[in-house]
Amino acid sequence: MGCIVIVGAGECGARAAFALREKGYDGRIKLIGAEPHLPYERPPLSKDGLKAQLPPKHVADAERYAAAGIEVLTDAPVTSIDRAEKRVTLADGSAIAYDRLLLTTGARARTIAGTGDAPRRIRTLRTHADAEEIRRELAPERKLAIIGGGFIGLELAATARRLGATVILIEGLTRILSRGVPEDIAAVVAERHRAEGVDIRCSAKIDRIDADDRSARIALAGDETVEADLVVVGIGAVPNTELAAAAGLSIENGIAVDATLQTSDPDIYAAGDCCSFPLCHYGDRRIRLEAWRNAQDQGTLVAGNLLGAGEAITSVPWFWSDQYDLTLQIAGLADGASTTVRRDLSDGAFILFHLDDSGRLLSASGIGPGNAVARDIRLAEMLIAAGKRPDPQALVSPETKLKALLAA
Amino acid sequence: MSGNWIEVCAADEIDEEDVIRFDHGGRTFAVYRSPDDEYFATDGLCTHEHIHLADGLVMDDIIECPKHNGRFNYKTGQAKGAPVCVNLKTYPVKVEAGSVFIALG
Repeated sequence: MGCIVIVGAGECGARAAFALREKGYDGRIKLIGAEPHLPYERPPLSKDGLKAQLPPKHVADAERYAAAGIEVLTDAPVTSIDRAEKRVTLADGSAIAYDRLLLTTGARARTIAGTGDAPRRIRTLRTHADAEEIRRELAPERKLAIIGGGFIGLELAATARRLGATVILIEGLTRILSRGVPEDIAAVVAERHRAEGVDIRCSAKIDRIDADDRSARIALAGDETVEADLVVVGIGAVPNTELAAAAGLSIENGIAVDATLQTSDPDIYAAGDCCSFPLCHYGDRRIRLEAWRNAQDQGTLVAGNLLGAGEAITSVPWFWSDQYDLTLQIAGLADGASTTVRRDLSDGAFILFHLDDSGRLLSASGIGPGNAVARDIRLAEMLIAAGKRPDPQALVSPETKLKALLAA
Repeated sequence: MSGNWIEVCAADEIDEEDVIRFDHGGRTFAVYRSPDDEYFATDGLCTHEHIHLADGLVMDDIIECPKHNGRFNYKTGQAKGAPVCVNLKTYPVKVEAGSVFIALG
């Protein structure tokens, strides 16, 4: 029966391909990616994978695709979708017909306008190839300037310090991690980076960046110039929507999908970083998530929906970051919270719980060494999904098991 | 096998539907107490990225890795879906005189 074509061979596309088989689909599956690699996990690119110069961490090896009957095309950018004829065209001119099409085109790193002329010294970090190029510059006696104090920039800073490079991190806002991370937790992260020798500059305004083959210079407002061997720009990601837009699909900060991840064309679905969807548990506000877990969850769900399940996405957003020996985990979204309570765990780890006016738990953010906060954040995620209004005092007391609140 | 029984802890040191880490002989294990008050043991590290499973959450007969939510049935060791695809090794467990023992092969 037919053929399901998946455009975009990252975590989400690969997960969807396997999930189609797990759900019993026995037609053809073609998974098409623009990169030269089999689908790989991106999180290690700024962390241990970068530090240890590891090869791509494949989602699955070639034997597993073969065993599942999934045809993977690498190095094969898709250039257009013909919705009337139901086929996609590749860069080499060949066409592939689909019965159902899934777009898992992901996102690309946002760049700073006007810096494209010096690709060797001003880079972004999104792909394995990016990581390989950046890794060459991370050594003692080398200086790295990172623009942007988000997860990517901070994880890269931590890895670069571990490799002995000098690191300056330039953030335009008044603090790092201002998007989605509570101030108290961002402060722990900033303090740790400073203790490790990272020069963090907040409220910095960049007037100009220029570079030649040997180095780059960042001119900051106030007549200071930062010179570095390499500049890495980590200022967020842009969804890859061009293919969908050119095919006339609705776009709204990403490929617009409904709760079942269906686009404005009933034969085409989208999932992962590239799509915006109505977020359950938060008033169905439209959101786009750039997160590994979301890619997995949506990839799994969309597989069923490609086969007609019609199931709505109900996952709670979940993020993590590793920096030095610290792990930060966040479940849910804190926007609209009116009350925050703190639960202190051992070894300096703590969790902030954010509740709304009615006492409903909206979000939990935790930080600590290793996986100190993981179990409670996971339980918080389940409390959020269940719409619970836990007693704030119970959340504060580490003696109260969150699992007990879930059952209450 | 009888010579290989290793004492882990007192049986009441593990809560119901919970897990502890147990290190022995340079290896690490996870020892579980199920909601129906039975004890089980597996290798201690997730087969995805070598994370200690004892920091994870036990729900019914599932242990979930604290890092990336890989899931295993701790009674059988079976991997229950992405991102984990390699099963966990399991070990025999017994409770005697109020203590938990595991058999290391």
